[in-house]
Amino acid sequence: MTRRSSFAAGARDTLPMVIGAAPFGVIFGTLVAAGPLAAWQGQLMSLSVYAGSSQFIALGLVAGHAGLAVIWLTTLIVNLRHALYAATLLPHVAHLPARWRWTLGFFLTDETFAVMAGYYARHPRAPLGHWYFLGSCLSMYANWQFWTLVGLLFGAAFPQLQSLGLDFAMVATFIAIVVPQLASLPNFAAAVAAGAVAYLGQDVPYKLGLMAAVVAGVAVGMALQRWRSGGLEAGRQEEAA
Amino acid sequence: MTGTVLTNTVMILGMAAVTVFVKAALFVLGDRVVFPPLLKQALGFVPVTVLTAIIVPMILSPNGEGLELTWRNPQLVGALAAVLACVVTGKQLLTIAVALGVFFVWQLGVLA
Repeated sequence: MTRRSSFAAGARDTLPMVIGAAPFGVIFGTLVAAGPLAAWQGQLMSLSVYAGSSQFIALGLVAGHAGLAVIWLTTLIVNLRHALYAATLLPHVAHLPARWRWTLGFFLTDETFAVMAGYYARHPRAPLGHWYFLGSCLSMYANWQFWTLVGLLFGAAFPQLQSLGLDFAMVATFIAIVVPQLASLPNFAAAVAAGAVAYLGQDVPYKLGLMAAVVAGVAVGMALQRWRSGGLEAGRQEEAA
Repeated sequence: MTGTVLTNTVMILGMAAVTVFVKAALFVLGDRVVFPPLLKQALGFVPVTVLTAIIVPMILSPNGEGLELTWRNPQLVGALAAVLACVVTGKQLLTIAVALGVFFVWQLGVLA
């Protein structure tokens, strides 16, 4: 494995996510072109903020004449899940030079987190994992910029984009990453709890339903893990006695 | 630059600052962050819970209009195909290919 092949593998494994994100880039660009922001500001937002859901929500808030503080606070809450991703991936990047950690942090997205969670589950000690990480990041980033621009320029030409269902590519990839981890009972129960809460809370604003789902899933998973290891310890003690 | 353009530019750059902070702060702290064992254990459940939480609503109510537990829901049919393919083959790329194939055949062929 060289740096280049590791980078290429990261980009390749992110391809389904790239396909899935494309229509949203176009839709974002289209909405900007139809709204109060200048076209270059739409591109600036994709380049600098680079977090899809918060970009869409900001457009809605701008149209509704929300104040700066409201928009920034909303951005913070909507993007809070990325801190969770960073915490989860931290053990794999903590040893890297600071410029690498800034870079990978800036480019973190739901999609790249999914790809990296799958990758580190298969290769926990990959020495060139950060090149794979970067490959995933840059392919997502380039893709988002490109489709934002397409939306800004030609958005009106794609009225039915959302009904194509290209976002199913993301669903399929997430399933391929999650299912192998469901063999353990605590993981399985955690996923069921998270899925149920996410379903029930899907209309809760600011992605707080998603955060509640994670909290519920983690709590269920940990309770089960505890209960099992407690059971094992009790068993050992009985054997010892 | 007019006032609104300037305000909106400030808004965008502020959003960028907030987002970079949320995404990169922990990475930048790096080795200086030490999680207690309980938190480490909790973080171990993050991938499986967050990825499931993102896709379950997309599968069960793809149009955001309530539960669609029916064979006419291509997301549901495609997702079931993905789970089955993943359990049977254990191969990631094949799972994605099978799921996308079933999804598009369903959407463009069976339901059209």
